[in-house]
Amino acid sequence: MAQFILHKGTERGHANHGWLDAHHTFSFASYYDPQNMHFGVLRVLNDDSIDGGMGFGTHPHDNMEIITIPLEGALAHKDSLGTSSVIQHGDIQVMSAGTGVKHSEFNANPDQKVKLLQIWLYPNKKNVEPRYGQITLDIAERHNNFQQILSPNPDDAGVWIHQDAWFSLGKFDQGFETEYNIRKKGNGVYAFVIKGEVTIEGHDLGTRDGLGIWDTDTISFKANSPDAEVLLMDIPMN
Amino acid sequence: MKQLTILYIGRDAEITETMHRLLNARAEWKGLTTCVDADALSVCKTEPVDLVLLGNGIQPDEEQILRSGLISTRPGLKIIQHYGGGSGLLYGEIMSAMSN
Repeated sequence: MAQFILHKGTERGHANHGWLDAHHTFSFASYYDPQNMHFGVLRVLNDDSIDGGMGFGTHPHDNMEIITIPLEGALAHKDSLGTSSVIQHGDIQVMSAGTGVKHSEFNANPDQKVKLLQIWLYPNKKNVEPRYGQITLDIAERHNNFQQILSPNPDDAGVWIHQDAWFSLGKFDQGFETEYNIRKKGNGVYAFVIKGEVTIEGHDLGTRDGLGIWDTDTISFKANSPDAEVLLMDIPMN
Repeated sequence: MKQLTILYIGRDAEITETMHRLLNARAEWKGLTTCVDADALSVCKTEPVDLVLLGNGIQPDEEQILRSGLISTRPGLKIIQHYGGGSGLLYGEIMSAMSN
């Protein structure tokens, strides 16, 4: 029988640093809830809004798969691998930190906010060679469809990571219904509502709500408002 | 409150330097850091280490030897993997480890 955990958007950890307004689904930085550390291999789901010209100075990562999804605006990225790039809405960025990588992330625009989701997954292999990737997707393909944006396979759609995980983004018309089939037996799904109102497996969710589901193979989905946007993260539970 | 002595071991000098700064930024923690396993074992003999954080670049065979050496020096010592990310994960990792 399917099991669930609901994280209401309004009950997430919150830190407003002035230049950075951050909401943390799981324990992060000064937000610590020992009962809310992770969902399977999903360790971090941060919902950040960064003021113009501001950002995170150079800092290190290791042994973590880091996925950044810009929702509005543009984010400038520089790292110790020699990458210098800007990502914006429609792009997906991935970094396998592996043995260690340093990077900085700044709002690329001086006069408008950048809003983004940053997601950290534990990898299935430690100490891999650090790697950076980004891809621009056709947003039209996610209309009434869960568009795959990430997988474990370099030859599959979207970016790839060192984990048996599949991410999908969808934007749905009101009343649209579908099912999502979990990609690997034993995986769970963490659904995060970027915008709008939806029902997932009988649970009514609103903007920025999150629902973790496991011990099931299929998930029912219905959009209850126009232009509802949802991110599905299909991930190992161990 | 007792000050925790936390030893970080990782292979990247710059990351290790950052960890030293982060661990010593809180009054309740005393941070010791090194990139060298032999130094880590020496530190463990002379300092009252409560927790070891294993950082980046430590290969499985090195980790096995390191864990064995640390535990033989301080039986019951808590040793956990640290996953980087600046201050993002650090507090939660330490609090979780020490509450177990």
